Amino acid sequence: MLLARVTGTLVATQKNSKLEGAKLLLVQPLTLEDTPRGPELLAVDGVGAGVHEKVLIVLEGRAASDAIGQKGAPVDAAIVGIVDEVDLP
Amino acid sequence: MQLGRVIGNVVLTLKNDTLQGVPLLLVQPLSSSREPIGRVIVAADSVGAGVGEEVFFVRGKEASFPFHPTEVPADAGIVGIVDHWHIG
Repeated sequence: MLLARVTGTLVATQKNSKLEGAKLLLVQPLTLEDTPRGPELLAVDGVGAGVHEKVLIVLEGRAASDAIGQKGAPVDAAIVGIVDEVDLP
Repeated sequence: MQLGRVIGNVVLTLKNDTLQGVPLLLVQPLSSSREPIGRVIVAADSVGAGVGEEVFFVRGKEASFPFHPTEVPADAGIVGIVDHWHIG
């Protein structure tokens, strides 16, 4: 899993039927210092995250489809949590 | 998933049987500011995308899921056509 920031929202009318009703959010993976790391990704939202929030994402198909409760959905990234804080002792 | 733009298509006469009838499109991955990022890829299309359209695609095994129960040997697949996106 990775830490990421929600940067935007996306609308797509024509999409795979297993994605009907799924919320699609653009996310920017982050380093521990909160700087961007790698390209932005599009993730399905399993928790009701909003723009600017720091989130936890999974980058794996099985986990991502589980996150939206749609077995066999063709997704490879999903938001599975909203981060309150990261403790780095 | 990643954003991309369809820039062409690939025609194959001789191909894996399970790829019969599966459109294979050339996709340029895009950033959210519409700049090309990385290499152009070939993706299996299950949503009827066309050249010039902005789409999103999955990578990996999940690319074959839209063709279930046929096990299509694809590692990238277009799963949606973008209407618009908005950066907060």
